[in-house]
Amino acid sequence: MVNTGTIIYEPGSSAKNKTGSWRVFKPVLDQDKCVKCENCYIFCPEGCIQEKDGKFEIDYDYCKGCLICEKECPVKAIKAEREEK
Amino acid sequence: MCEVKVITGTSAAAEAAKLADVDVIAAYPITPQTTCVEKLADFVANGELNAEYIKVESEHSAMSASIGASAAGARAFTATSSQGLALMHEVLFAAAGMRVPVVMMNANRALSAPINIWNDQQDSLSQRDTGWIQLYAEDNQEVLDLVIQAFKIAEDEKVLLPVMVNLDGFILTHTVEPVTLPKQENVLDFIGTYEPKHAYLDPKKPMTQGALGDPNYYMETRYAIETAMENAKKVIADVHDAFAEKFNRAYGNGLIESYNLEKAENVIVAMGSICGTIKDMIDLKKKEGVEIGLLKIRCYRPLPIEMIKDALKNAKNVAILDKSISLGMNKGAIYADVASHLKDKKTVNYIVGLGGRDITPEDILGIYDDVEISEDGKTNWIGLKEE
Ligand code: SF4
Ligand code: SF4
Repeated sequence: MVNTGTIIYEPGSSAKNKTGSWRVFKPVLDQDKCVKCENCYIFCPEGCIQEKDGKFEIDYDYCKGCLICEKECPVKAIKAEREEK
Repeated sequence: MCEVKVITGTSAAAEAAKLADVDVIAAYPITPQTTCVEKLADFVANGELNAEYIKVESEHSAMSASIGASAAGARAFTATSSQGLALMHEVLFAAAGMRVPVVMMNANRALSAPINIWNDQQDSLSQRDTGWIQLYAEDNQEVLDLVIQAFKIAEDEKVLLPVMVNLDGFILTHTVEPVTLPKQENVLDFIGTYEPKHAYLDPKKPMTQGALGDPNYYMETRYAIETAMENAKKVIADVHDAFAEKFNRAYGNGLIESYNLEKAENVIVAMGSICGTIKDMIDLKKKEGVEIGLLKIRCYRPLPIEMIKDALKNAKNVAILDKSISLGMNKGAIYADVASHLKDKKTVNYIVGLGGRDITPEDILGIYDDVEISEDGKTNWIGLKEE
């Protein structure tokens, strides 16, 4: 729950506080189309696209749905889908 | 023993802040508050009060610095009025949201335009939704007593909200009255020292205050303030009773004060210094066998609506006086808040004293006569000049 005065007693605790609740559109990455150019990884302002085992993955706990990744992908491997509520 | 000094309302507020041994004062002068912060500056300069006095460049900064000081664990006090309070508006929400127990004196004054330095209550009533507890004084003794009580209320762990103590500009701020000053050791014994448990500056235990609260969190913060407001009703009453016990001065139940309400069918609801005039008129008419009742609201936020309803149970015709106007509604804020809970009674709204327009004893008697004949829900502007 929220502390009195919304105080955060652990600075740097954002890894624990999920911030990906604003999304209206959700970027979905098609691994088959991806050419691994790293553009999405570089441009994501939230730093929530990571390379794992040679694949790029989006961490939806932090993705805010700005869709910059969708714009920057040269092969249109990222598509926006409306967020299911 | 107590000391009696003949002082103004602003001096009474300054003396109370000194008695509460505040740690930080951040203030900007504005008429008619100025003499309060001048007095405090004197206290600090003379060494009578060991506090940090921050001279800021505006009221927005005065409130910001007060919030910062309070968040760091200091007992903080500031004072303002009118346009200055309006300039603080943005930061008033931060004080309540961060749950810092800042105490502020506000000298009630009209808002521009036209520029008007005289008294009405538009300034503080315009801040009613900021999450601040709002208390209103009738005389200079009550100013002193309220400021002392305000610290104890604000710092109570069940409350932790900022408190605004309001006094009518010039009528109280610049009028001298005998005021009894308690001994500081007794005041400090009563309030206790401020030991913040939820917030304090400690480099070894860093924390973030007033951070981003996204839609997942924000609504709960508002509900927490609302719960604290509800708790405050009991705390205000308890603090009042404890104060009465220790210092021998009582004001109704701390939230409202009833005056001759038992027998009167025609009653007046009012707030602030005007209650003194009304009480005089009640005493005068009582000698003629005419009963007028007064319900004085001492605490406007949280509004003790159940107590108000109960106090007015014998009333038939209720005149609600407002020294403010919600433009476009043709109603004052007190009327809007109170009348909606008095469905079984006739309620009439009287807009009085805007921008310092005098409210005479005759006006009060006129209102008493009018409330019986006026139609339910009507708004009457008292003393309005007609071409
Ligand atoms: S939508 Fe925006 S936040 Fe989400 S992964 Fe793409 S660039 Fe990052
Ligand atoms: S920008 Fe497109 S192609 Fe490049 S890594 Fe990201 S998803 Fe793959």
